[in-house]
Amino acid sequence: MQFRDYYEIMGVARDATQDEIKRAYRKLARKYHPDVSKETDAEARFKEVGEAYEVLKDPEKRAAYDQLGADWKSGQDFRPPPDWDQGFEFHGGGFSGADAAGFSDFFETLFGRGAAGADFGGAQAGGFHAHGGDAHARVLIDLEDAYQGATRALTLKHTELGTDGRPQVRERTLNVRIPRGVRQGQQIRLAGQGDPGIGQGRAGDLYLEVAFRPHAHYHVEGADVFLDLPIAPWEAALGATVKVPTPTGAVDLKIPPGSAGGRKLRLKGRGIPARAPGDLYVVVQVALPPADSAAGRAAYRDFEQALDFNPRAHLGV
Amino acid sequence: MTDDLESLLNGELLEEDVELSLAELCQACRVPAEQIVELVGEGIIEPVGQGQVHWRFRAISVRRVRCALRLQHDLGVNTAGAALALDLLEELAQLRARRR
Repeated sequence: MQFRDYYEIMGVARDATQDEIKRAYRKLARKYHPDVSKETDAEARFKEVGEAYEVLKDPEKRAAYDQLGADWKSGQDFRPPPDWDQGFEFHGGGFSGADAAGFSDFFETLFGRGAAGADFGGAQAGGFHAHGGDAHARVLIDLEDAYQGATRALTLKHTELGTDGRPQVRERTLNVRIPRGVRQGQQIRLAGQGDPGIGQGRAGDLYLEVAFRPHAHYHVEGADVFLDLPIAPWEAALGATVKVPTPTGAVDLKIPPGSAGGRKLRLKGRGIPARAPGDLYVVVQVALPPADSAAGRAAYRDFEQALDFNPRAHLGV
Repeated sequence: MTDDLESLLNGELLEEDVELSLAELCQACRVPAEQIVELVGEGIIEPVGQGQVHWRFRAISVRRVRCALRLQHDLGVNTAGAALALDLLEELAQLRARRR
């Protein structure tokens, strides 16, 4: 098991005040909050910071942690000394709403799983029945999956009451069909796949929120899909029929004469095949051919002489 | 412990026109009704129908409620702050998607 330096994670000194720790947490939480952050490892960092704060904000836990000494470094192999927590009373003291299922082995060894399964309060009372809670997870798919449908294997962690009456974290794998036509942010409800009920209560539902992986060529707004399409200046000026990729295969697209950069051409119904299918918008971008040969430069000069063109006329110069 | 399930699960896609009652939304988001009422009061989610008994919520509300609650819980913002953050986050996501 690896030691975790909670002070280092929070970026505070070992003698930081509780106020300083709180401020550091708020700042880091805003930076790495998975709903807010654009950092790629936001979720992992957010959990790490949450775990560190769980310990440092609680004077009891912090004192016990401090007692391990200041010589440990993050990542060092660690075994807690026997009776290290003697005299502290945090076991079973409960967490303050943090999602303890995501905490490290290091944390669990020191502080136990405690009340991680807070939802199970009262579960041992005879004859108690309750519906299981609904569970939530995110599923990442590619844009192409939304056109064709796909299946995804998801591994979910959930807390369950063990035979000894203590909450345990269990993993399970579900194979889920991602329906064709699904859009970013939509929810898929899997009835009965949430947390198990207590007693004769029925299990909750599992809600999957769909998110798209960023695509190299397309971007998506609702059911509409956008593609930037480079075209040559002569194609833009004279019109042309060009090959255009779409998520379901290449098509021929007619570029009307006089298409300026930024012009949007709509391919109706070729967006995401939702119940109300989206459109595919091709946004033309006029690409500049390089003038890196004598012939190329000559062509540009002919161009200049043939056309009386001032692109800055509207600026009054 | 791992329970491998071989079978393929078919879910129900919550289309925009799928509507949830107040009770269903509470169950889906694991929150008491008072919290949903507070979020409605702040305009974070907008039900149709007169009076709480007849309220119907669009399926997208599940995501907005959960995001608002996470922001409140994790960042210590109040409901109005969460509403502002949600709106800005949505705008940011749109702009980022467009810029790519």
